[in-house]
Amino acid sequence: MIELFKQPNIDWMGKAKYFFALSGLLLIIGWSAILFKGGIKYGIDFKGGTNVDVVFAQPPNIDKLRSGLRAQGLNNTEIQSISSNGLASNSNEVLIFVEQSAQTDQALDDSKAKVLTALKAEYGVTEGKPDFNSVTPNPLANLLVEKDPLGLGFNAGDRYQTLAKSLLAYRDRDKGGVLSNFSELSQAAGATPAVVAAIENIYTLAPFGIRGVEIVGPKVGAELRNQAIRVTLYALAGMLVYIAFRFYGGQIGGSITWSSKGGFLLRFVDRIIFGVAAVLAVFHDVLITLGLFKIFGFEISLTVIAALLTLVGYSMNDTIVIFDRIRENNRLLRKEPFADVVNKSINQTLSRTILTSGLTFLTVLVLFLMGGQVLRAFSFALVVGIVVGTYSSFGIAAPLVVAWNRWRGHGGVNTGTAAGNKSRGTEGGTTRLAPAGRR
Amino acid sequence: MNPNLKYKIGFIVAVVIICVYFTLGLPTFPTSFTQLKQNFEHQIKLGLDLQGGTHLILQVQLQEAVAQETDQAVDRLTTQLREKNVHYEEVRRVDDEHFIVRGVPSDQFNQFRDVVHDNNFEGNWTMGTAPGETNATLFTMRPTTKAAIQETTMSQTLETLERRINALGLTEPTIQKHGRVGQDNEIMVQLPGEGDPAAAMRVIQAGGQLELKLVEDPQTYPSEAAALAAKGGVLPAGSELVQGTAENRTQPGQNGEVWYLLQRTPAVTGRDLRSATESRNSEMPGQWQINFVLSSDAGRNFGRFTEANIGRQMAIVLDHKVYSAPTIQGRIEDTGRIDGNFSQESAHELAQVLRAGALPASIKYLEEATVGPSLGADSIRHGVQASILSLLVVMAFMLVYYRLSGANAVLALLLNLVILLAAMAMFGAVLTLPGIAGVILTIGMGVDSNVLVFERIREEIRNGKSASAAVEAGFDKAFLTIIDTHVTTVVSAFFLFIFGTGPIRGFAITLTIGLIANVFTAIYVSKTIFQYHLAKMDRQAELSI
Repeated sequence: MIELFKQPNIDWMGKAKYFFALSGLLLIIGWSAILFKGGIKYGIDFKGGTNVDVVFAQPPNIDKLRSGLRAQGLNNTEIQSISSNGLASNSNEVLIFVEQSAQTDQALDDSKAKVLTALKAEYGVTEGKPDFNSVTPNPLANLLVEKDPLGLGFNAGDRYQTLAKSLLAYRDRDKGGVLSNFSELSQAAGATPAVVAAIENIYTLAPFGIRGVEIVGPKVGAELRNQAIRVTLYALAGMLVYIAFRFYGGQIGGSITWSSKGGFLLRFVDRIIFGVAAVLAVFHDVLITLGLFKIFGFEISLTVIAALLTLVGYSMNDTIVIFDRIRENNRLLRKEPFADVVNKSINQTLSRTILTSGLTFLTVLVLFLMGGQVLRAFSFALVVGIVVGTYSSFGIAAPLVVAWNRWRGHGGVNTGTAAGNKSRGTEGGTTRLAPAGRR
Repeated sequence: MNPNLKYKIGFIVAVVIICVYFTLGLPTFPTSFTQLKQNFEHQIKLGLDLQGGTHLILQVQLQEAVAQETDQAVDRLTTQLREKNVHYEEVRRVDDEHFIVRGVPSDQFNQFRDVVHDNNFEGNWTMGTAPGETNATLFTMRPTTKAAIQETTMSQTLETLERRINALGLTEPTIQKHGRVGQDNEIMVQLPGEGDPAAAMRVIQAGGQLELKLVEDPQTYPSEAAALAAKGGVLPAGSELVQGTAENRTQPGQNGEVWYLLQRTPAVTGRDLRSATESRNSEMPGQWQINFVLSSDAGRNFGRFTEANIGRQMAIVLDHKVYSAPTIQGRIEDTGRIDGNFSQESAHELAQVLRAGALPASIKYLEEATVGPSLGADSIRHGVQASILSLLVVMAFMLVYYRLSGANAVLALLLNLVILLAAMAMFGAVLTLPGIAGVILTIGMGVDSNVLVFERIREEIRNGKSASAAVEAGFDKAFLTIIDTHVTTVVSAFFLFIFGTGPIRGFAITLTIGLIANVFTAIYVSKTIFQYHLAKMDRQAELSI
């Protein structure tokens, strides 16, 4: 049997103050970056604007590109080199972002048209001949039927339809969306010299291709941002209710005795402290991840919100595994101080925690490294989230429950001679998790 | 073997067969590998981000339809009051949902009420006094009426768009309501494989409202003000001023605006069309025209109408612009044409739009996204590679760390994926890039469940239990934890699905299906495999875990 930890015996609660200090430090660093360096960086779906993803035959000169855009009256642009694998600086692909202009009655795709004009002007694409790097299958097939380079005569529509698809599949799949000269085309399936010659006659080749366009109106952006915040809060509230219900005070029993000290609210919090601590820990994870997003310069987009909610679920998952153990042990170890019960529970689940987190971390790390440009921010959120989410379960959530109990004065040794008191030897024996006593 | 166990194994095998059938066996039973591949591609639909295409979000200006209803109510009430000789100072629209009637003499007020009552205005409007005014009645549209107008406008728009987009002949377009909480005036249009949305966007947004209206006044005017001045500041009852198109050259040498005085009620509207086609313009070489044919009922009416008005001009109005105003030469039964400065392409598009019908309200674009085929191909390659690699890493680890029991986990994981794919095929869910991320996360959660169970079993063995008792206790104790963790994640996925849009939804769907499949595979299937193994092995032997 391979085991990571034989019998770990770590005093987690004794180190709680270091965990709190570490979290505080991370929060301060991240959020001072957000507060003093221009706020959270939103992606296009939250701020509105136009994104044009262009791939060039050669690595483009960014300055030249920028001046070309300026000539079209696009002053607020961001040009970002992107590459699908790694962080190569000399990439052929750029993302051009144009800020949403103030005039609202402008056509939505106005900026897109300007970007295209700028590219054509800057790279000397002659008007008149259509560009092969931006042609779609249907027009190409129609032209092929008209020119009939294979000499098929009438009713050759299907043949040319297939040929057009194969030529463009070669351009898009094998050449990454852009051809630099027509002779490359002869390697595509079905491209005879006659076909290539016919295409060369009709088309010109722009030294770039458009890989994707994304345009979001200004109103949508603001709406989505509010919506995202709402969804996150709803999800947190839903989890709070579920956990508070599953770990409602009455079932915990064990070394915790419920005092009648304090007002109604305090006594109520006593009973739902597990839910409150879990939600606070998860909230802490989200805040830390947002801070790290700022520091590493990633944008918050709609998909990142999905990742944040996943990390909420994941971190909650981890916390519940530990809380479940605490609940179980608390019934078995009635004589031990609550902090020791918590320590023991964390230690017992430690190898599971490390294993699961490690494996999940590996899967999202693969996603981060291999998922390509589109998933980079998304998987970054998950990579960070899994580390922080795992840490917060034993570093924040459990210590919060212990601290609260200590403060309320009922986390000490239980002196009661409870009837169900079992000796330690039988832990994990016949005792089962009792179904919730009070529902 | 325990008969109970046999049933369990039979059930699991049945699930596997059904799932494989849903992913690979439809729509035609596969007999070759290519057929298998085609079936898979047919059953598992890829999202736009993976196959490329155009995604549009548009907003229907529902308020326009509401305002139109108010306008019509004002028109109707004015006509009725005149007919019944009820005096009034003015009937005027206040805003989209209100209009006001001022200055009805008190001795005619009962008559006024009767007119309102007889024309059933109460059905759609509530009457009240206008604040701060005497002798004025404010009509407010009932909320139910407003809701009904908005609903019909929305469904008409959806139907019209469907007809228009289908006429473009693209493969499998999606046109559906795009729901955000508390508002339903958005429509999402997805055009898979369409890399250049310009033509589709033009066709979607085109108004396509055709009306034939009698010209009241042979004279045209250079501006609205000039026309009003010529009529002494008040237009004749039942008439309106409509601008001509910029290309409209009915009067040679005129460069500025052209305004026509037309009858307000159209003789023919776009609803009366039976067909519309484009053809070369016989008089103007190089230009195109649109020919239309009226339905038989409308044709009969139009015949009578034209016969009665020979020698007068008939304006052809498209989207509130006069395209031409030819003189009626004789009785016209059911055909007509629209002249304009059309190219073949624009004439073709217009004919398509006319055939599909007019939109009840105008449309604004909120979002446009185009994913080129090369970007889609890249994304799917990355996504699939990442999924496979992470799956392999996880499996290898489980096999090394938990030995034979690891094989159990690997089987459960694979089955989880099969169920996930089958469920997506069954519900017609679309696989998107965030969806693939959801799959990877499901793998993670699946491993977690297995690890939880296995660690528990190890603990039990360490405490001196026999193999079968340890397995029993391990599953028992991990059960509640697994349920708790899965329910919490499903709760958050539920909120994502309800309130999220687009990519977030795809993610929520795959995650939820994956989690449900996970509870089945990690608990039921895994336990059955253990039991099968235990039943076959020596009672005293050690469990390979």
